[in-house]
Amino acid sequence: MNNKTKKILHSSEFYVGVIIVLFCLLIQMRSGQFFTGNNLVDIIRSFSIPVMFCVGELMVLISGGVDCSFPAIASLSMFVVCKYMENVTTSPLPFFLVAALIGLVFGILNGVIIGKYRFPALIVTLGTSSICWGVMQGVFQSREYPLCPTLLAVGKAKLLTATNAETGLSSDLPMITVFMVLLLLLGWFILNKTMLGRGIYAIGGDIIAAKRAGFNVFGTTVFIYAFSGMMAGIIGVFRACMLQAVHPNNLEGLEMTAIAACVLGGVSITGGKGTVLQACLGMLLLTIVSNSLILLGISTHWQNVVTGLIIIAGTAATAIQNQRNAKKLAVKLTES
Amino acid sequence: MSDYIIRAKGIKKYFGGVKALDGVDLEIKKGEVHCLAGENGCGKSTIINVISGFYTPDGGELEIDGVSYPKMTPQQSIAAGIQVIYQDLSVFPNLTVMENLALNMELASGRKFVSKKRFREIAKEAVAKINFEIDLDEKVENLSVADKQLIAISRALLNNAKLIIMDEPTTAITKKEVRALFSVIRDLQKQNIAILFVSHKLDEVFEIAERFTIFRNGKNTGAGDASELTQEKFTYYMTGREIKETPFVYEEKPGAQKVLEIKNLNLKNGFKNVNLSLGEGEILGITGLLGSGRTELVQALFGYHKADSGEIYIRGNKVEINTVKDGIKNGIGYVPPERIVEGVFLPQSIKENISIEKWDEWAGPLGIMNEKKIEEVVNEWVEKLRIKLHDINDPMNTLSGGNQQKCVLAKWLILDLNVLILNGPTVGVDIGAKFDIYELVKKLAANGLSVIIISDDIPEILSNCNRVIVMRRGEIVKEGLTKDMDEASLAEFAVAD
Ligand SMILES: Nc1ncnc2c1ncn2[C@@H]1O[C@H](COP(=O)(O)OP(=O)(O)OP(=O)(O)O)[C@@H](O)[C@H]1O
Ligand SMILES: [Mg+2]
Repeated sequence: MNNKTKKILHSSEFYVGVIIVLFCLLIQMRSGQFFTGNNLVDIIRSFSIPVMFCVGELMVLISGGVDCSFPAIASLSMFVVCKYMENVTTSPLPFFLVAALIGLVFGILNGVIIGKYRFPALIVTLGTSSICWGVMQGVFQSREYPLCPTLLAVGKAKLLTATNAETGLSSDLPMITVFMVLLLLLGWFILNKTMLGRGIYAIGGDIIAAKRAGFNVFGTTVFIYAFSGMMAGIIGVFRACMLQAVHPNNLEGLEMTAIAACVLGGVSITGGKGTVLQACLGMLLLTIVSNSLILLGISTHWQNVVTGLIIIAGTAATAIQNQRNAKKLAVKLTES
Repeated sequence: MSDYIIRAKGIKKYFGGVKALDGVDLEIKKGEVHCLAGENGCGKSTIINVISGFYTPDGGELEIDGVSYPKMTPQQSIAAGIQVIYQDLSVFPNLTVMENLALNMELASGRKFVSKKRFREIAKEAVAKINFEIDLDEKVENLSVADKQLIAISRALLNNAKLIIMDEPTTAITKKEVRALFSVIRDLQKQNIAILFVSHKLDEVFEIAERFTIFRNGKNTGAGDASELTQEKFTYYMTGREIKETPFVYEEKPGAQKVLEIKNLNLKNGFKNVNLSLGEGEILGITGLLGSGRTELVQALFGYHKADSGEIYIRGNKVEINTVKDGIKNGIGYVPPERIVEGVFLPQSIKENISIEKWDEWAGPLGIMNEKKIEEVVNEWVEKLRIKLHDINDPMNTLSGGNQQKCVLAKWLILDLNVLILNGPTVGVDIGAKFDIYELVKKLAANGLSVIIISDDIPEILSNCNRVIVMRRGEIVKEGLTKDMDEASLAEFAVAD
């Protein structure tokens, strides 16, 4: 076996990939409904919003931080633009721009505090998160709200419709998935093809070494959180489009799902390691599990239990793998 | 244009109440090899971090090539032509060798995008400079400390530097690589590149340095031409005391039981057919090249690796050592060579780091620690090893590199051990401390502790051990009493491959 195949076989992407395939086959065998057009489209639908959040979270995790504030930032931005801009314009673009701007402000706030004072990211982002939820409820009196026609149209725009001949159920693949693909590509590009991206890895690997090497550690930190915040604003509006209504508290708890998906895919919780592919695979696995337990006839109450078990097993597997690698021996003995 | 690449005058740097630098001067001429020496914790790394722009000094003036820098960032320092091989190496464990080598240079040239092709070219050029063979696509965390050190070295040689600062660049690498490094240094000198060299290895200092500066407790104690320097004077400037070694004498008690016996121990990709015995109070030296299996052998004794076959006896009883826990249970202590980089819990306090293996014993009912007892014992060892610190409750990472190493040593010395294994015990510690450590080990051995010392330093082995073995390719190829051996032949034997 050559070195390259070996590396692939030992990668976490490979393991998670295999588990996903096995899981899909299992569901298909038990229900016969997995590999149907509408089920696959359904999975992509539920996958698209969470995985977009994963891009920002991934960058933050790689840098050695954590961002718990994006659901709050997304919800606040979404609520504000959906409620106050419906009579201002009939073009969807301004909605997204303003949401992005609101997200950017909170993201920069996170980034500056964390980058300048080196406070723990967990505490800072939890703080921002509280502020956002508070402002939304206190200042803007958030509640469920109907979505304006402009954004309803964005949500309804579709690439294709898949209908299940057997059951007659059909699902639309929304245009929003195009944005998802673009965002994933952008994340990949920044992380792999720019010095900024390599700086994110460098900071996560050893922040002192990064400073000494001449990386702009403060600037990079601000960028990471600003990016995460800005994207959260945009994705928040997309979420409303997909749901065809403004549900202000619907995203609560998604930070845990995003972090779990990243870690499950092989992203290091202590920083320095992770790829967009890993985040995607982790999220895909979680999505398939939660979408398909119904097909297996397992009650939805068990959904969280199963997800939790998968996360623990996945993380343990990575940890064991790391320990093994650390103990690798390589003394060349004389042949006898 | 100035004749000096660096002129630092009256530099001060305080950490809380600790005066790490208390107004020191350092002047380095262009193209010279300048040695900076001093005891552990005297401020060598601190001034280096000031020159590299990582620390902002609390006072004094810094001039680089005639230009004064009141406040400097690492970027400015690099742009001014300063490259540093840091004591803690400052490599990125999560990135590949190639990226570690290329990133700094690409940053310095202001690149915004990544080109794998250019990265590879830069990396190849870097490793070629010191004939360093390595898989460029390997992650640095999977490499040995020696390889990491070589990466830090080749990375610093790359940029078009005017001054290359080397903060103990040779702690982990063996003679062969040191020779390669020295020939590079001589080449650099021909190109009028200055070198600031920090090392506790006197032979290296005498071989390479032209001028020297010595610090003690954050102040200058001497500077001048290396040619005027004698070993005694040097030691005196550094430590303020005179040092006389006593050779170790061991007398085997007839009929006494062996403390440790190993029979036909094997480990795939580690070592082969090792037979070894160790008497009470004996100090055994193990030497050999890196990758000779010497580290793997002692790691197996400690339980870090599980041997594939063979037997281990402790005081005549056959024992199974499969995990580190088993090793400690059987009274085996191991001080690893990677202390600075891996062996300590840096943010935890010095007290906790030293006492951790004793916690079970010192915890009362309900698991409450006997703090007074802990502090007493820790303070006792801090004194015995002359560890330079401010307060034992300070975090470990406020100590200088050499003092961190002494703490790890203390951690094991407070236990009741059958066998103490020291892998490179004096790497990175100053001459005075080296002396203290060996005196202590000899005293412990005289009280019945059996010791295994792994070291590249042949004179050190000869004067502190009673028996020595040489390993090569996982096997013991030579064994004998140190009194029957001489330095030259043993050295030849150890480096042979
Ligand atoms: N970040 C820090 N916080 C507090 N004290 C520090 C810090 N860094 C260094 N010191 C203290 O400053 C003094 C000088 O440390 P420095 O690392 O410069 O010593 P050194 O000469 O390089 O020693 P060594 O030979 O052991 O590497 C030491 O007493 C050390 O404890
Ligand atoms: Mg130092």
